[in-house]
Amino acid sequence: MKRADDFETRRKHLAGLTDEQLKERFWFLASKIVEPMLELGYRNTTPAIERSVLLRMGFSSLEVKPIVEGVMNKGLMKFGAGNVVWRLSKKLGISVREAGIALSEGKHWDEVDELFIKVLSHDN
Amino acid sequence: MKLEINKKIDVKELLKDLDKYEPRRRGWHWREGRNENRTIGDFEFHETSEALKNYIPLPGSRGFGYIDPQPDCVITTEIASGRFEDDIRRMRMAAWHGADHIMVIRTAGQSHVDSLLEGTPQGIGGIAVTRKQVRASRKALDLIEDEVGRPINFHSYISGVAGPDIAVMFAEEGINGAHQDPQYNVLYRNVNMVRSFTDACEAKKIMAWADMLQIDGAHNANATAMKAWKVRPELMVQHAINCIFSKKVGIKPENIALSTVPPTAPPAPCMRLDLAYAVALRDLFSEYKMRAQQNTKYMESDMREATVSHTLNLMISRLTSADIQSTITPDEGRNVPWHYNNIAAISTAKQALNGMDGLREMVKLDREGPLGKDVRELKERAILFMEEILESGGYFNAAEEGFFIDSGYYPERNGDGIPRQIHGGIGYGFVFERDPDYFAPVSVHYGYNNVPKEFANASDAIGGDTFEDRSKIQYVDELDETDNVNTRLKETEKYDDPKTLRPEVEWKADGIVSTTIFLPCDERTAEFAAIKCGEKMGLDDVTLVHKQCIHPSEGTLVEIKGKVKFDIKLDELVIPEKIPVLSDEQIREDINDRPMFVVAATIGQDEHSVGLKETLDIKHGGIERFGIKYLYLGTSCPVEKLVDAAIETKADAILASTIITHDDVHIKNMKKLNELCIEKGIRDRIILICGGTQVTNEIAIEAGMDAGFGRGSHGNDVASFLVKKRRELTNAR
Repeated sequence: MKRADDFETRRKHLAGLTDEQLKERFWFLASKIVEPMLELGYRNTTPAIERSVLLRMGFSSLEVKPIVEGVMNKGLMKFGAGNVVWRLSKKLGISVREAGIALSEGKHWDEVDELFIKVLSHDN
Repeated sequence: MKLEINKKIDVKELLKDLDKYEPRRRGWHWREGRNENRTIGDFEFHETSEALKNYIPLPGSRGFGYIDPQPDCVITTEIASGRFEDDIRRMRMAAWHGADHIMVIRTAGQSHVDSLLEGTPQGIGGIAVTRKQVRASRKALDLIEDEVGRPINFHSYISGVAGPDIAVMFAEEGINGAHQDPQYNVLYRNVNMVRSFTDACEAKKIMAWADMLQIDGAHNANATAMKAWKVRPELMVQHAINCIFSKKVGIKPENIALSTVPPTAPPAPCMRLDLAYAVALRDLFSEYKMRAQQNTKYMESDMREATVSHTLNLMISRLTSADIQSTITPDEGRNVPWHYNNIAAISTAKQALNGMDGLREMVKLDREGPLGKDVRELKERAILFMEEILESGGYFNAAEEGFFIDSGYYPERNGDGIPRQIHGGIGYGFVFERDPDYFAPVSVHYGYNNVPKEFANASDAIGGDTFEDRSKIQYVDELDETDNVNTRLKETEKYDDPKTLRPEVEWKADGIVSTTIFLPCDERTAEFAAIKCGEKMGLDDVTLVHKQCIHPSEGTLVEIKGKVKFDIKLDELVIPEKIPVLSDEQIREDINDRPMFVVAATIGQDEHSVGLKETLDIKHGGIERFGIKYLYLGTSCPVEKLVDAAIETKADAILASTIITHDDVHIKNMKKLNELCIEKGIRDRIILICGGTQVTNEIAIEAGMDAGFGRGSHGNDVASFLVKKRRELTNAR
C-alpha cells in the first residue's frame, strides 16, 4: 500500500493527550497487540518446544530429534513428546532415559499407540 | 587451570575434561560500583565502575599516570571469526581493554537448522553455536574474568526454528545474555509467524529462569530499511512488542533490553535526528534497559569515518543513557572483524565515555525547542502505527499486509515493506494444539500443562530435570571426523612452539597483513596498481580492502591485504638486549657523591617541548629528582648554541630532543651535534643523548650519539644511562 504522510490529520485524537497519557496509550496498544500471541503460546506446542522438553528430561539433541519426529508421525504431538516418553517408561517399567533411548532407536513405537487410547476415546 | 599473564592461553588444555565442566554461575552481571563518584589518578569521575585488576589503558593515559577508568555501562564486543578456538584468544585481549560482554555471532544459516548443532564445525561469518563451543568459551571466560577481576557476560542468539532448544542449552551452560525476538525470525528469516511466537514463549520462559538478559532484534530494521531514519516510528513499535511480550511471558523488565541504534550518520545531520529518537525511547521504555548499538547501516570501508560516526553515537549514549554500550568494529565494512579492530572499537567506546564522564551535569537537553516537538511527534507516529495494526486485525494480518520495514515515514507508506504469510514460511504447519491431557514433565514451561495430581511439580514425574540436576545433561563431543577443532589445531600445531611466529588477524597464523599505500594516480588505476604492489611485496592472495579518492588525478589512498609466505624463527631474530636500569637509590647515591650537570634543548626548527620537559622536570619524574642539575635552552635551539652552552657550563652531558623527522632532519641534527662536539674537542668527555618519538637507541648511536630514547622512556632510564656512561668514561681515563 502506498500512502502520503497524513500525520497531521491522523494525529488529531492524540493532540490533546498529555505526555503521560500518551505513554499509557502506547503501552495499552502494545499489550493489546501481543495478547493473541500469548494465547497461541499458551494453547500450542511445536517440535522445538517438545525437543526442549526432552533435552531437559536428559536426552541429547541427537536423541530428541527422532523421538519428536516419531511422535509427530503418530499424531501424538498434542499430548507432548515428553509425556509420551514418560508414559512409556511407566508402562514398560523402565527408566525415562531407557524409554527415550529405545524410541530414538526406533523401538517400542507400537506400544506408544496404546498409551493414549483411553484419552483418545474421550475425543469421540 | 589458571591463566598466566605472560603465557598464551592453552586451548588444548582448555578442551580437556570439557564433558565435566560446570559453569560457575548463571545470570547477567552489571558492573559494580556504579552511581558513585570515584577518584582515579588526579581526577574525580562521576560515571565509572570498579577498576580492573589487570588492564591495558588507552595510549593517552601516559600523561595521566596510566589510569584506566572503567565506564559505568557494560561494554560489548562482537566476535565472528568462525573458529571458537581463536575467538577465545580474542576474548582475552578484549577483556583486558575493558569488554565485559562478549557476543559471539552465529554461523550463516544456523537459524534455519531445526535442531541443536553439535561438535565444533567451522562457521562462516560466525561460529556454529554448539554445546561444546559454548562450554569451552564459557570455561575460557571464567578463567579470563579471574585474570581481569570482573565477571564477563557471554552472549549469543536464541532465534530461528530451534529457539527453545538453544534456550535450554544456554541456560544449562551459563550463557548470560541472548538476542530473542520473534519478530526477527518473521521479518528477516521468514520463519512462520505463528511458529515463531509460540516458540518464543517457551524460549523466553527459559531465559527468565536462567536470569539471562534479553536483547531484541529491532536494530535490524535500521540496517534493512533504505532510509533508516524513516523507520523510527516502526522501530519503537517493534521494541514495544518484544518488551511487553517478554514481560508477560515472565522476564523481569530489568532483564529486557532494547537493541537501539542511532538510525543515521554523517553527512546527514544525524545528531538532530538520532537524539530525538533516543529521548523518545528513553521516555517510553523507562522500565527497560538500553543496549546502545552503533550504526552499521552507513558504514563504508573507511575506518576513520566509522570511528567518527561511532563517537557521535557514544555522545547520544552519554547525553541520554546506556546500560550496555555495544561496539562495532571499524573494519566491519571491509571484512570479518580482525583481532585488533575489536580492541579499536572497545577503545573508542572507553575513550569517548571517559571523555564525556559527567557531561549531563553540565549540559541539559532543551525540550522546549525542536527536540521536544520531534520527541512528541515520534511517539505519536508510533502510536498511530499500533492503532493501525489493531485496525487491520492484529499483528499477523499487519505482517501479512507488509506493514513492516516499509521505507515510508509512518503514516507515510511506500509499499515496499516485507510481507510475510500467516500460512507460510519456514516451519509452517508445525504448530500443534495442546490436548487437555498435554503434559510436559519439566520444571520450567510456558502455557497449559496438565500435571498429574500425584506430583507437586511437573518435573517430579521424572525425578527432576536438567535444570535441577546437572548430571542429566547429555554432552555430545564431535560428530564430524574432519571438520572439528582437533583437526584445526593439528594444522597449526607448529605455531604452538613459541619460537615460530607468523602474523595473523583472524585465525591462528593466518598470515594476513595489510598495507596502506598512496598512489599518485586516479582511483581505477590505483586499484590495480595496488594489487601489483602487494604482489611485488611478496604477498599471496592480495585484495583491496579500501580505497579513497584523494583527487581525481592527483592521488588515491588504497589499503590492501595479503598473506605472507614466511614464518619468523625467533632463534634467528636479533633482539638487542634491554639495558638494565639502575635503581632510583643507586642513581641518587651516585649523583650525591658526584654532582652532575647537563644542558638540554629541542634542536633545529622544532617547537616540541613536552617530552624533554618530562625527562628533565622533577614533577614528571624527570632526571631532576635524582639531583641532576640542568640548563634548559628551550625549543628551536641551534646545535651550535647548545654545544657552546655545554662548553661554557662544563656540562657532563647534552640532552637534545628532536621530534620532527621530515626529510630525516632528526638524524641530520644528531650527526651535526656529534661532529660539532668533535670539532670543538669535547666529544671524548661529553655524553650525547638524543630523544624523541621517532628516535631509537639504534638510530641515535648510528648518528653518533651515545644513546637514544624513544617512546615510553622515562627520567630514570635517562638518569641511569648518564650515571653508567659517566662511570665508563671515568674508568677509561
